[in-house]
Amino acid sequence: MKIKENLIHGLFMFNALLVVLVLIGIFALLVNTSIPAFREIDIKEFLFKAAWNPTSYVKETYGIGSMLVSSVMVTAGALLFAVPIGIGTAAYLSDVASPGVREMVKPIIEILAGIPSVVIGFLGIVFVGPIISRTFGLPNGLNAVNGSILLGVMALPTIISLSEDALSSVSKTYSDASLALGASRWQTVIRVKLPAALSGVIAACMLGMGRVIGETMIVLMATGCAPAMPKNFLDSVRTMTSTIAIELGEVPYYTTHYYALFAVGLVLFIITFCINMASDMVLHKYQGKRG
Amino acid sequence: MHQTKIEVRDFNFFYGDQRALKDIELDIYNNKVLGIIGPSGCGKSTFLRSINRMNDTIAGARVNGTMLIDGQNIFSEKMDVVELRRKVGMVFQKSNPFPKSIFDNVAYGLRVNGRKDKAYIEHKVEESLKDAALWEEVEDRLSVSAFDLSGGQQQRLCIARALAIEPEVLLMDEPASALDPTATAKVEELIQELKKKYTIVIVTHNMQQAARISDYTAFFMLGELIEYNETQKIFTNPEKKITEEYITGRFG
Ligand SMILES: Nc1ncnc2c1ncn2[C@@H]1O[C@H](COP(=O)(O)OP(=O)(O)OP(=O)(O)O)[C@@H](O)[C@H]1O
Ligand SMILES: [Mg+2]
Repeated sequence: MKIKENLIHGLFMFNALLVVLVLIGIFALLVNTSIPAFREIDIKEFLFKAAWNPTSYVKETYGIGSMLVSSVMVTAGALLFAVPIGIGTAAYLSDVASPGVREMVKPIIEILAGIPSVVIGFLGIVFVGPIISRTFGLPNGLNAVNGSILLGVMALPTIISLSEDALSSVSKTYSDASLALGASRWQTVIRVKLPAALSGVIAACMLGMGRVIGETMIVLMATGCAPAMPKNFLDSVRTMTSTIAIELGEVPYYTTHYYALFAVGLVLFIITFCINMASDMVLHKYQGKRG
Repeated sequence: MHQTKIEVRDFNFFYGDQRALKDIELDIYNNKVLGIIGPSGCGKSTFLRSINRMNDTIAGARVNGTMLIDGQNIFSEKMDVVELRRKVGMVFQKSNPFPKSIFDNVAYGLRVNGRKDKAYIEHKVEESLKDAALWEEVEDRLSVSAFDLSGGQQQRLCIARALAIEPEVLLMDEPASALDPTATAKVEELIQELKKKYTIVIVTHNMQQAARISDYTAFFMLGELIEYNETQKIFTNPEKKITEEYITGRFG
């Protein structure tokens, strides 16, 4: 019995270590492959210059400014509508919807979560794009708005189902107390359950955000990918992910351009890492206050 | 005779196929305390939670018979549940303050009922905390979390929260079961005060408590109302042998 327990314990310990090792390994690989890029590129220029033009005949430039702005733009745009809609839907499903509606909607959301991003991207080209171009009188609808909408749709299932889990795990004693005071179900879920489940809901949104910022296929297909600084949401944008995807396949190995793309990957990695750390801190701070 | 606040006739409650209350008939009088006693599982909580329709959320639950409050049928389609619950407040067995500040806990009922006037809310919070005999212990720390209070204080906070919306009836499901003797005494004292303004229905497992605080006592067993009378009658001269056995503790 004791041996078996130790064995299981050891196995999971090993798994946990392995995950940490893989993470460190990826980070080390990215750093290692990025360093050579900065033999030729000034790091300040890399981070703050807007122009990314690695194949210019005149002067090659490696500034990720426009990509950073593009990534932030589509992510912010996506969350701007996915977070309120996601949380609202979760609240509705967990407390307001009749059991019949809930049983019907939940599987649909799971199906939505399973749609490959390339299919969502397809939707952006044939459906969302034309609507945008007609509405705003543009030659085409491949731009930041399109990307934001699709990314938001992609993030919705994550946000909805994880938020709903968080809401459902709130003790029934809270909702009983609220209902008994004459609050409606909506009031109960918004004013009592949501604050009580805040940590879980924030985690859900952060996870959605992590998926959005790292998503490649959708932005590749739906945003037009023009490598320039976007001026507004109706401009075509090229995010960090799409730049890597577009260029890494064609770049000659071990050139500055090659290394620079890894450096972009490193920036992306650091950003995602920081998002996760931040969500963790919010989570702990909140739980600390409650406990 | 006293004025009837709630009139229960032929009332039955079902959890699916299980009949948890059988043909209950009783009157709950204005500004009196009704104590409900009976062995565990006899349907006391079910009865209490029927009065403010807290059982609505339970799948498969249904009722028949009538339960009237001020002559209006509690279970009729026309009854607005939210209105009903504003009229009939409830204090639960386990104290269940919200994870909010003391002030926000008491103000909650006012806010969800559309009260925006700050001065009114502040006044009402103070008054309710005073009515619940908690004000002096918390007046200088209204903004701290309700979880920082002791168990007894939390229960009085829940009472204050229920009082803030000025209900007419107060339902209490074993409000003192998790409290120590001092805190229990405080809550009992409080109930004596509260019955001047409210009609109170209280479930208790403690016979002395029922005898001390209630004006009327109803004895439930296996979903049936065995005996219902003035508390004094029930405790000194019960009509049924089984009632006597139960209250004297000689019960199986
Ligand atoms: N949600 C529910 N679903 C199904 N049956 C239930 C439910 N709640 C209570 N019951 C059943 O109804 C009967 C009465 O329960 P109730 O909670 O009203 O008893 P009680 O008198 O309050 O008991 P206690 O003194 O232990 O609190 C019990 O047999 C119980 O098993
Ligand atoms: Mg009970």
